[in-house]
Amino acid sequence: MNDKPEKLLDKKGLRLDGRKIDELRPVKMEVGAISNANGSAYIEWGKNKIMAAVYGPREVHPKHLALQDRTVLKCRYHMASFSVQERKSPAPSRREIELSKVIRESLEPAIFMEYYPRTMIDVFIEVLQADGGTRCASITAAALALADSGIPMRDLVVACAAGKIEDKIVLDLMDTEDKVGSADVPVALMPNLNAITLLQMDGILSTEEFETAVKMAMEGCKTVYIMQKEALKTKYVTAKGEGEEEEAKEEEGKEEAEE
Amino acid sequence: MPSVITKIRQKQIEQLIEKGNRLDGRGPMDYRELKLELGLIERAEGSARVLLGKTEVVVGAKIQMGEPFPDTPNEGVMTVNAELVPFASPNFEPGPPDENSIELARIVDRGIRESHMIDTSKLCIEPGKKVFVVFVDVYVLNHDGNLIDASALAAVAALTNTKMSKYEVEEGEVKIKSGYEQLPLRKHPITVTCAKIGNKLVVDPWLEEEQVMEARISFAIDEDENICAIQKGGSGYFEPEQVFEAARIAKEKAKELRKKLNW
Repeated sequence: MNDKPEKLLDKKGLRLDGRKIDELRPVKMEVGAISNANGSAYIEWGKNKIMAAVYGPREVHPKHLALQDRTVLKCRYHMASFSVQERKSPAPSRREIELSKVIRESLEPAIFMEYYPRTMIDVFIEVLQADGGTRCASITAAALALADSGIPMRDLVVACAAGKIEDKIVLDLMDTEDKVGSADVPVALMPNLNAITLLQMDGILSTEEFETAVKMAMEGCKTVYIMQKEALKTKYVTAKGEGEEEEAKEEEGKEEAEE
Repeated sequence: MPSVITKIRQKQIEQLIEKGNRLDGRGPMDYRELKLELGLIERAEGSARVLLGKTEVVVGAKIQMGEPFPDTPNEGVMTVNAELVPFASPNFEPGPPDENSIELARIVDRGIRESHMIDTSKLCIEPGKKVFVVFVDVYVLNHDGNLIDASALAAVAALTNTKMSKYEVEEGEVKIKSGYEQLPLRKHPITVTCAKIGNKLVVDPWLEEEQVMEARISFAIDEDENICAIQKGGSGYFEPEQVFEAARIAKEKAKELRKKLNW
């Protein structure tokens, strides 16, 4: 890996991909990408390409894990072997096991767990291509998939990172910035409740820088939140449109038959 | 791992904390009694035992020769592993590391790695080929809450106590000489965990408080009072203000602990 760039910010203060300090990468979301799942979503965040799908509430497996007063949320974050530069073994790494846990804990506060006792909800996340900030994109997609499955939620969960490159706090690190930069702070937020459900950091930040980073990440979250809601609406507007068309056709058919 | 705690006990803990008291008599910002013992395992290059109240953790550090990572050919390697020994808690089971033990190991790892505690550039023997690998193994012997702080403390303490054999390279062969030198260290990160119970923050949660808490947040702080690693855990949430408050508390507590430990 000798392609390390010398400078992460140019003279104008623009980043390697031409973004401003507080600018997000392009984000695209689509709800209902997997027909077999109860809920699903696909997200493209910069070069990240991630799918999330929800199965459940369904029977608990293995049975002894069942809880009498609430549902059990299970989460699997997994990276495809071809998602990164050097092939990754498909066996779950320690990193993936940790991320599965923190992602689950970031989604749990949003779900009315007590509505479905003695059941289990499975959230599967597959990273098809990784470009830094996969956990944030994964959480954003997983929350959409949960909403799509119709499980009652307090709010959507949306995540975004901020970090530090060359003494500046910047929004939404991409892969190179994450590796070369000096800190990364992923934050997951339920915007309506002003509740932080995931917070991690590695790198070195002063307390002031840390507060700036968290606030910047929260602003990023709020921007993505709007897109998230838009993506949900788009699916149901389209579905409603199609439904109405079909109904109209049926009516026509009936009329013809009556004639 | 849902271990049972009665509703009445839960309520008692919550109500006490609401009033600024705790079941074991501590104030919200008090750590339990901390005991530290160094070098108890002679076979290990470094070792430490930490008692935090009744929580007991032993860390052993071993140094072996190995290969560097391809992207850092001039640097030694450090890895952390955590074992939740089955006798330490009725909820621990033998078998491969579960998500709790992996998370614990990775939090301890991040504190040490991100603070640049070990001067890994001095662990290089032959660039790209041979380096020293430092294995930090955390053994939890008794679980009475706050494994994160106890393990992080024990790991850092074990590294301060770690000795490396002297060596020389002769015609490409590494020869171990007699005598030892201290593992080259730069920083001493201290990890402080706050638990959110009700809507209040307390430091160093013990077992029953952990069973009641909604969420926890851990900060690793170095001697320049910078934050070098954070991890939120638990199935609840924090308000942004609480996160910033927890950061201030962590900074304060780290300072206190640092003074006590003389790091």
